Amino acid sequence: MSELSDLYQEVVLDHGKRPRNYGPLDGATHHAEGLNPLCGDHLTVFARVEDGVVREARFAGDGCAISKASASVMTGLVKGRTQAEVDALYERFHALVTEGPVAAGDPESLGKLAVFGGVHDYPARVKCASLAWHTLRAALRGEGAPVSTE
Amino acid sequence: MTTQVPRAGETPQLPAAGSSTPGVALAGARFPGGPTLPDFDPMSLSRVVAQLANELFAAPIPAAGAPSPADGSALAAAPSGPSAPSAPLPPSSPASPAPTSANVPVASGVGDVDPRSPFDAPLDFSAITAPSDPFAGQGFDPALSLPLSLLDPRAPSPELPLPAPQGPPASPAVPTFDAFEISPTSDPSIRSLGNAPFDANVLKREFPILNEPVRGKRLVWLDNAATTQKPQTVIDRLSHFYEHENSNIHRAAHTLAARATDAYESARESVRRFLNAPSTREIVFVRGTTEGINLIAQSWGRRNVGPGDEIVISWLEHHANIVPWQMLCSEKGARLRVAPVDDRGQVILEEYEKLLGPKTKLVSFTQVSNALGTVNPLAEVIGMAKAHGVPVLVDGAQGAPHLGFDAPASGADFYAFSGHKLYGPTGIGVLWAKREHLEAMPPWQGGGDMIRSVGFDKTTFAPPPAKFEAGTPAIAQAIGLGAAVAWLQEIGVGAAIAHEREIVAYAEAALREVPGLRFVGTPRERSGAISFLLGDVHPHDVATIVDRHGVAVRAGHHCAQPVMKRYGIAATVRASFGVYSTREDVDALVGALLAAQEVFA
Repeated sequence: MSELSDLYQEVVLDHGKRPRNYGPLDGATHHAEGLNPLCGDHLTVFARVEDGVVREARFAGDGCAISKASASVMTGLVKGRTQAEVDALYERFHALVTEGPVAAGDPESLGKLAVFGGVHDYPARVKCASLAWHTLRAALRGEGAPVSTE
Repeated sequence: MTTQVPRAGETPQLPAAGSSTPGVALAGARFPGGPTLPDFDPMSLSRVVAQLANELFAAPIPAAGAPSPADGSALAAAPSGPSAPSAPLPPSSPASPAPTSANVPVASGVGDVDPRSPFDAPLDFSAITAPSDPFAGQGFDPALSLPLSLLDPRAPSPELPLPAPQGPPASPAVPTFDAFEISPTSDPSIRSLGNAPFDANVLKREFPILNEPVRGKRLVWLDNAATTQKPQTVIDRLSHFYEHENSNIHRAAHTLAARATDAYESARESVRRFLNAPSTREIVFVRGTTEGINLIAQSWGRRNVGPGDEIVISWLEHHANIVPWQMLCSEKGARLRVAPVDDRGQVILEEYEKLLGPKTKLVSFTQVSNALGTVNPLAEVIGMAKAHGVPVLVDGAQGAPHLGFDAPASGADFYAFSGHKLYGPTGIGVLWAKREHLEAMPPWQGGGDMIRSVGFDKTTFAPPPAKFEAGTPAIAQAIGLGAAVAWLQEIGVGAAIAHEREIVAYAEAALREVPGLRFVGTPRERSGAISFLLGDVHPHDVATIVDRHGVAVRAGHHCAQPVMKRYGIAATVRASFGVYSTREDVDALVGALLAAQEVFA
C-alpha cells in the first residue's frame, strides 16, 4: 500500500495550489471542454498549434488538486510536441496512472509526469488525473463536443 | 445463530426448540446451525396448501386445514417484550400468531387468499370469455379449484364453472379488497431485545463490515446517505432465503414457492407496519426511490398531467426527484416549478406557496435533503398543497432511515424510499401510495404477475400492488428489506432518531472547531447529513485523505447539482450518519480533517 505522500507529492501539491499555464490563451487555434460528471470537475484546455506543433497550451477551470496539477504539468510538457508526440506521451501517462510506474517504462523519459506515479493506487482518482489529457487530445482532434470522463 | 451480539442488558441464550420465548426461538430457528426447522409448519396455510396439492384427489381435505399441534402454546407464547407486539414472527416459528384451524376459521386472515398467490384469488375470468379468444373457457381447470373452494369459501367468483360446492357455501362476490391482506406472520429475522437501552457502540457489533479494517484503520462509515451497512440479521435473512426458501413466487404449487411467497408477502407486511399504512395493497415493491418516483411520473403523471399543467418541486431535490418530472413535462408540455431555498438551505415556504395554483397538478418534495441534511417542513408543505387540492409525493430516500414516516398521518399521497439506505439490501425499495391512486393508475410495465388474464383481444390487470410489479421481483431483497425495517422498528425508530440527532449535533459542534471549515447548509432542523468545505482544499482531496484514516465520507455534488449551483460550488464533503454512528466516529473524522489540512498547509 502506498503512502498518502505518494499521491500528494510536493510537486503535485505545488502545481495544484499554483497551477502553471492557467487562464485563457489568446490566439488559441484549438480548445475543448472537459467534464467529470461524477465529481463536477470542469476544465477548458486551449492550444495554439503551428505547423503541426503545439506552440502553447493553457487551461482554465475548477478541479481537485490532482486534476489541476495534471493540467498544469501537461500544459508545460506538451509545448513543442507534435500531435503524434502528444498522443505517445499520453499513452505512457495513461499506463502510469492506471498500472503504475513499471508499466509506464523508463522513468527518466517520463520527466515531470513521474510525480503522478502514486495515482494508480487510487483508482477513484485516475479520472481526475486524466481529465486534462482527454480534453487536450479532443482539442487537438478538433472535436467540438465537450469531453466527458463517463 | 452466527455472530449475533446481545445488547447491553441482554443475556445471550441458546435457542431451544419449542421454546415459549419467541425471540429466542426465532433466533435459533432462522439461522444455519440452529435447530432444524420442521419440514411441515402447521402455522403456514401456504404450506398446507402446497402439501395438500399432491393429495388432492387421494384423500378428503380437512375443511379446517391442517392439524395444529402448537396452537395452544402459539398464542400463549405471544411476544411479551416492549417491542415484541409489533415484531413480525417467522413463518416457521411455533410462536407464529397466524390463524390456525383450531382457533380461527379459515375464512379469515390469510385463509381468505389463495395462499399460493395472494394475487391469483381475484381472477376475473369473465374477461376471457370473448368468442374470439382461443383460450376462452380453457384457462381454468375446475378440478384445480377444488382445494381453494374448500379452503376458502369466498374465493370462487360466481362466474367460475365450479363443481357443486362441497365445502362451506361460497360467498356471492369477488372478495373485497381487505380480503387480500396478508396477515402479519413471518419474518425470521427478529430476536428478542428485552429492554436493552439504545447503545450505538453495542449496535455497531451487529454490523460485520464495521469490523473490517480499511487502510489498516478501523472503518468509520460516514457515507450513510449513499448507502448504509447491513446488520447480521439482514445478511442472515438473505442467506436463509437462498438456503431454505428460494423459489419464484406467486405461481407454482410446490413447497418452496409457498415459502418464498410467504416470506415475500410478509416483508410487504413488515413495510406496511413500518409506514403505518392501512393495507399491504398500498405497498408496491420497486427497485428503489428512483424507480418509485419514475413509476408515479410515468403512470400517474402521464394520465393526470397535461399541457400547461405544473409540477412543483424544490431546489433541494436529488436528481431522482427532478429528472423524471422534466421528462414528463417535456412529453406533456407541462412546466416544472421550483421552490427556492434560503441561504441556510431551507425551502422558502412563502415562495413555495406562491407557486401553487389551479395549474398545479403535483407537489414532489424530499423529506430530507441528501446534499445538505435539511429536514423539510412536510406538514406545512403538504398542508399548503392540500389547500389547493394538490396531491403530494414525498421522496423518503433520506427521511425513511432517519425519521421514519407515518403514511396516513402525513397527508401525503405518495411516498418512496430505498431499502439499501435503511440497512437493507440494494435493488429493493418501496412505493407507498393511497389505495385510490393505485387503483386508478394504469400499469407502467407489462408482463407476468401484473395481470388477471391475458388474451390477444383483451388483457385485464391484477389489483394493486401486483399491477405495478411486473415480472419476477427482487424477492430475496424484498425479504431482506422486510428484515431491515423490522430490525429498525425493534431498535426503536424513536430511539434511533434521538440518537442520530445527538450525534449530528455533536458533529456540528465538533466540525465548527475545525479551522477553515465552512458548512454548506445550516438548516434549523437537520437529519442525517452535514455538508461542508475545508478551506480551499477540494472535496475530493479531502475525501481521499480522510479515507487513508479509515474514514469514509462522500465528496461531490451528491446528485443534487442545482443546490450546489445555488451555493456557487461544484462539490462538498458530506459526512452522513446512521444508527451505529458514535462520537468516536465524529472524533475520527475531525482528526482526519486536521490531517488533510496538514497535507495542504
